[in-house]
Amino acid sequence: MVAGTEAVSGEDAALSVRGLTVDLPKGMERTHAVENISFDLKRGQILCIIGESGSGKSVTANTIMGLLPKLIPVSSGAIHLDGTAIIGAPAKKLRGLRGRIVSMIFQDPLSALNPLMTVGEQITEVLTAHGVGTKASRRNRAIELLTEVGLPDPELMYYQYPFRLSGGQRQRVMIAMALALEPTVLIADEPTTALDVTTQAQILKLIRDIQRRKGMSVMFITHDFGVVAEIADSVVVMEKGRVVEQGTAEQVLKSPTHPYTQRLIAAVPHLTGKDRAVQEKASNETILKVEGLSKTYRSGSALFGSQRIVPAVKDVSFELAAGRTLGVVGESGSGKSSLGRLLIKLQDSDGGRILFEGRDIAKLSESEFRPLRPRIQMIFQDPFASLNPRSTIGQILTVGPVAHGMPYAQAREEARGLLAHVGLDAGAFGRYPHEFSGGQRQRIGIARALMFKPKLLIADEAVSALDVSIQAQILKLLDQIQRETGVSMIFITHDLRVASQICDEIAVMQKGRIVEHGPPSQIFLNPQSAYTRELVAAIPGERPKDTQPIAVNS
Amino acid sequence: MTAIVANSRQERWWNSRTAHRFMNHHLALLGMVMIAVLTLACVLGPYLLPYDSLYIDLRARFAPPFTGHHYLGTDPLGRDLAARLFMAGRVSLLVGFSAMLLSTLIGTLVGVLAGYRGGWIGTTLMRTVDGFLSFPSIFLVLALAAALKPSPMMITVVIAATSWMEVARIVEAEVRSLREREFVQAGRMLGLSGTHIMFREILPNAMGPIIVAATLTVARAILMEAYISFLGYGIQPPLPSWGNMLNGAQQYLGSAPWLAIIPGAAITIAVTSFNFIGDGLRDALDVRGDHT
Repeated sequence: MVAGTEAVSGEDAALSVRGLTVDLPKGMERTHAVENISFDLKRGQILCIIGESGSGKSVTANTIMGLLPKLIPVSSGAIHLDGTAIIGAPAKKLRGLRGRIVSMIFQDPLSALNPLMTVGEQITEVLTAHGVGTKASRRNRAIELLTEVGLPDPELMYYQYPFRLSGGQRQRVMIAMALALEPTVLIADEPTTALDVTTQAQILKLIRDIQRRKGMSVMFITHDFGVVAEIADSVVVMEKGRVVEQGTAEQVLKSPTHPYTQRLIAAVPHLTGKDRAVQEKASNETILKVEGLSKTYRSGSALFGSQRIVPAVKDVSFELAAGRTLGVVGESGSGKSSLGRLLIKLQDSDGGRILFEGRDIAKLSESEFRPLRPRIQMIFQDPFASLNPRSTIGQILTVGPVAHGMPYAQAREEARGLLAHVGLDAGAFGRYPHEFSGGQRQRIGIARALMFKPKLLIADEAVSALDVSIQAQILKLLDQIQRETGVSMIFITHDLRVASQICDEIAVMQKGRIVEHGPPSQIFLNPQSAYTRELVAAIPGERPKDTQPIAVNS
Repeated sequence: MTAIVANSRQERWWNSRTAHRFMNHHLALLGMVMIAVLTLACVLGPYLLPYDSLYIDLRARFAPPFTGHHYLGTDPLGRDLAARLFMAGRVSLLVGFSAMLLSTLIGTLVGVLAGYRGGWIGTTLMRTVDGFLSFPSIFLVLALAAALKPSPMMITVVIAATSWMEVARIVEAEVRSLREREFVQAGRMLGLSGTHIMFREILPNAMGPIIVAATLTVARAILMEAYISFLGYGIQPPLPSWGNMLNGAQQYLGSAPWLAIIPGAAITIAVTSFNFIGDGLRDALDVRGDHT
């Protein structure tokens, strides 16, 4: 534990980790959560730790905070925070450090805030716990902090409950709490992952501004290279619990040396701004025509006058030609997922027409539409929730075709063939979903949608839950499938970079309406509407060449 | 045809985390053993004992436990108490199990239908459940039992009729949350029928809570049967049940306390054991702990 302490030059490292190894309980897929990792966070810098899911980046953060569950102990290594050794330090001492020397921002600002306490109470609670100030001074400090993180009307905000705030505002409150005692080190664990892209841009800017103003040191955990390019001074790349590469942001992003980093950076989707080459199988025949489609959600009771009316989709019209892909992009609440569910009639629309192969399906009842279902299929967002955990892969794939009258033997043969086609071995047929990784499950979801040889495939955030390298593979698979089968696709996503990879046309949705519709070259390079411009500008790590890159802070 | 592919991995269930957690639950394991012993004793016991449960020996009336071959003593007619206890156990356990099966069946059907269909069907079904719950069940049971001709079959139906609501509520809540899961949406996307989605896709995922509720229902049903029979509306002598054995014992509480203690202990052991098993299953099947 003492070994390596002399390596810490107390002056320029706010946080230093040396040879840290954290064990995992027996029977897990590997023996260590993190293994022999070392890095320094220099004073006044932003260090990004990047890695895919399961790389051990969150375990590292929790070890530094002293928040590891008892089940996974630190087996060796040393961590120095502002010159204080924290491994093996008594719990009481650690508690004194937390909040004062080091504090943390979490990924999900809704579950990290106490829903029963006002924003002000939560901030003053931090101060009270450390015995700082008087009641009045704590209140002033809280309002000061709320102002500092850019929340509107801080006096009023002080008395708000978390549920009244938007995701971005909640994350600002979390940041205010973390800053309450002016910590030396701020740990941010994927703080923008749950946020929309425009909000993400604001929060990143806020963290950078505050860090610069206070000269704080920030350890920023992320899986997104775009975010790294946006904010990092130096970068640590982790894979399966080991540090595979570290260096300045410039070095790692521009000339990565480790093959894993190279692979990761190559997999990051970039805005192409180029239109997609016309598919061989594409024709001008219109397969889907949507006219004035709308849907309004009503909740509560009209009888008791407490009805809430939320228009989700308003007067949406577009056309889709056979063999082409339409991207639907927008932020959360823009109605893009509702649109997908209306098109596949998982929900009934209130008005408008959906002409599928010339026939209006919007008015059809469930039983009238059932024979048509095989022609329109969907790939779902969450690869963990979209497969029945109690069914084998074989059952999942064959149940639909068998219900529509295909003999079981034939369905089984086709399922086996499709599994091979989407890159899984035929042995998957008899296994259960929990035996597969997220990417593999998404392949199964794609195979299920293809069992019927559909004409139209709707992919609802089909790659959003996946790591970036897996994401690239799935996008490639979808592209290949379209080339082979000539299926038309509607690709719903919040990520403009992903949309630019695979779509022939893109429709931008905001508050239930399509605000702009055009080829990628128009949307990304020459956006017509103000909202599209805002969206494109907010994409992390993608700056037009003529603007200044962010100055590297020292 | 689904059976062809179903059994490729399922033979490992005893290795699963659920089984492990259950095995580590000592009280549940104890309950399991007690129920096994009790059931075996009731099934095999009467064949091994030297006396028949209906054999009357007036010379051996009120024999205390461990006199001669009367291991648990005799009753006011000199019938062997051990033989009667085991025969009564057959009736009581059978009534308990059958009532559980029946009420779980009704409750599950109502719950799945109400939870999946929702709307006015769901509302009607669940308000019916509320209606049934608002009756004081013990009086309902007594009224029904008094009106109908008592037989083990009738008692089972009467108990099931007053205990299916809890299962229905649990299942309805579970199904309502499962209905929104993406795999159910996927089932609709594939064009599966409502019945298929309800019973083949959703129901297997709701089995955990159903099994727990069912186990606890057995305990309740055994108690209920004892109640009714004790009050004289249930199983009618000479057919013994744990409840009517207690009924017969109350006038001799002072002189022959074993007449009450022995069937009372049997009821207590059976009910607590089932409750332990239910608790153990609840912990073991807790889905939150099993999400990967």
